[in-house]
Amino acid sequence: MTGVASPTRPTASPPKPGAAPKPIRRQTPPWRLVDRLGLVACWAMGVLFCAIAAAIVIYFLIQGLKYLRPDMLWTRPHQGFTQAQTGGLQDPLLGTLLVAALGMAIALPVGVAIAVWLSEYGRPAALARVVESTVEAIAGTPSIVLALFGTLIFSSTALGFLTRTSEGVVFGRSFFAAGAMLSLVALPLVVGSTREGLQAIPQHIREASYAAGKTKAATTRRILLPACRPQVATGAMLGLGRIIGDTAIIVVLLGATLTFEPVGSTWLTNILRGTGGTLTSYVYQASPTGELNQPQKAYAAATILLLMVLILNAAVDVVHRRARKAGSWSS
Amino acid sequence: MTRPLPEEVLPLDPEEQHLFQDQPRWSDRRVELALGALVCSVIALLVAMIVFVFVHAWPSFAHNGLAWFGPGGSVDDQLQTIFQSGESGGQYVYTFHAWPLIWSTILVTGGAVLIAFVASLLVAVFIVEFAPEWMRNVLQPVVRLLASVPSVVYGLIGVLVIVPFIGNHLITESSKASVAGVIQLSGYSLAAAVLILTVMIAPIMVSIFSDGLRAVPRSWLEGSLAMGINRWRSFWKIAVRTARPAIVAGTVLATARALGEAVMLAMVSGSVGFAPNPADGLIFFVEPSRPLAPTIITRIDDLASKPANQTLFAIAAVLLFSAAMLSLTGWVAKRSMKRYLAVA
Repeated sequence: MTGVASPTRPTASPPKPGAAPKPIRRQTPPWRLVDRLGLVACWAMGVLFCAIAAAIVIYFLIQGLKYLRPDMLWTRPHQGFTQAQTGGLQDPLLGTLLVAALGMAIALPVGVAIAVWLSEYGRPAALARVVESTVEAIAGTPSIVLALFGTLIFSSTALGFLTRTSEGVVFGRSFFAAGAMLSLVALPLVVGSTREGLQAIPQHIREASYAAGKTKAATTRRILLPACRPQVATGAMLGLGRIIGDTAIIVVLLGATLTFEPVGSTWLTNILRGTGGTLTSYVYQASPTGELNQPQKAYAAATILLLMVLILNAAVDVVHRRARKAGSWSS
Repeated sequence: MTRPLPEEVLPLDPEEQHLFQDQPRWSDRRVELALGALVCSVIALLVAMIVFVFVHAWPSFAHNGLAWFGPGGSVDDQLQTIFQSGESGGQYVYTFHAWPLIWSTILVTGGAVLIAFVASLLVAVFIVEFAPEWMRNVLQPVVRLLASVPSVVYGLIGVLVIVPFIGNHLITESSKASVAGVIQLSGYSLAAAVLILTVMIAPIMVSIFSDGLRAVPRSWLEGSLAMGINRWRSFWKIAVRTARPAIVAGTVLATARALGEAVMLAMVSGSVGFAPNPADGLIFFVEPSRPLAPTIITRIDDLASKPANQTLFAIAAVLLFSAAMLSLTGWVAKRSMKRYLAVA
């Protein structure tokens, strides 16, 4: 590359992106009409994407300002026929947080472990290939199928202690069940991102660690995992976004009830064993096609949901930027 | 720092003994075995899922044979009969002809993937090559945002904005009256479903396409540019062709997402087991239907009835099978393209 005047702009541009191509572009003949129309179509599509995103965000901000009241955050929802009767969003909000915590508590360690195995061990090679396709297959499985599979697992009598049981019949719907299945939704994202991070670490870092007498396990734990922390965080946040946004598993495995319906009396485990709802299931129920049919409440809940997603997106951006500022391995 | 030889410090202090053990607690062998066991259990879980879903689906397939996939009768009535036969305790009924649901799935998924493919390819090319710096900085977060909006929020927009708009402005009274005996045209329609699904899956395609396009070596493009071919042609002839494996991968992933989308489609597609008929002219686009995945979620309360449960699992099995076939096709296509690239 050096010494040759680059006729195109490099994509990930160092300091001055626009300067290089100018003199060369003047020599080339003008583009044909078809090419220009294509470029116009590109611009149109790009602008359309921005417009759709802006419309969604602005629309929900307006609706949120109209219908979202701070006291909704700590009043519990009720069944009812009018806006005044149906109460707030406390239970769905807490439900979302609970499900997210449970899902990530499983997906993060398992996902990182799978990524470490794939990137650092990966023997025998055939098994590694099978694992890769397994993770891909889990990512490609519709969440509604995962949900149905969850009803099978969690209605078995052996796992009755995780859900509501009456007279030997296991209901199979609880926060445990939903959290466990939602972790599968987040798993591929955590694995993919962590693995990418591990593979970006050059081999000589590992060799330096081995030369200092560290075992492979210690190298992974003390050197490699801390080094790819930004990628792990990115994967976790992407997974979190997926968990927060999932509705099918919540409706099938959490019961999508308005309020928590605890089982037993032990603190916390009674809620985790019981059914409940999250913001997504609340929006589903409160939309005009749902059972509650309170569109204004649905707007309020959807606004909170959208804000969470926006914050997660911003957090991913911040992590990326920091990681880039910290410098890459190749430098 | 020199490590003292064991002989020099013998007899060993029990607290320092671990320093000289041949096998530390977290030895490589143990860690590898533990991680391997975990990995194998994840594989086992996936295999168990496939086996269990198909075993539970079997009675429904066995009773209907290939007619399961064919047309015949009203799907919604059949589902109701199946459900009641399980509740009443008599002979189980399994008769189920899913063609309207399958046809709806094909229409909605196919339509959305087609539109999204064209739009996403243009946007991906734009982001990677032609957009000015500021536009690129806007578009990338926008694509990420669109990809992460929960499907239920899209569904809500559909139900409260798109569906009323179609119902009030795009459907005339006369067209409503013309099909009044068969279905009700209220705006819950194929068009709304395809439109929103397109917006949902396009960002997935854009991000994978643009990753692939970015990976194309710059020098290949520069070679073409040096021949005097303009940037637009060079990029489409060389970068887009080289990135075909990524384009296939993105399309497959987006199609899988569209196939499995349940909640949004349950909200906007009309939730009627009706097969839209292209012969109806323009009304075709505003006819309601219901794809396979939303059927599961709208009938989820039927799980308690055994034959209904098995029928829902049969639907899930079809979804699982199509998803698997999709990734297989994608894999085969990618492989053949890679070989082509290596030869060239």
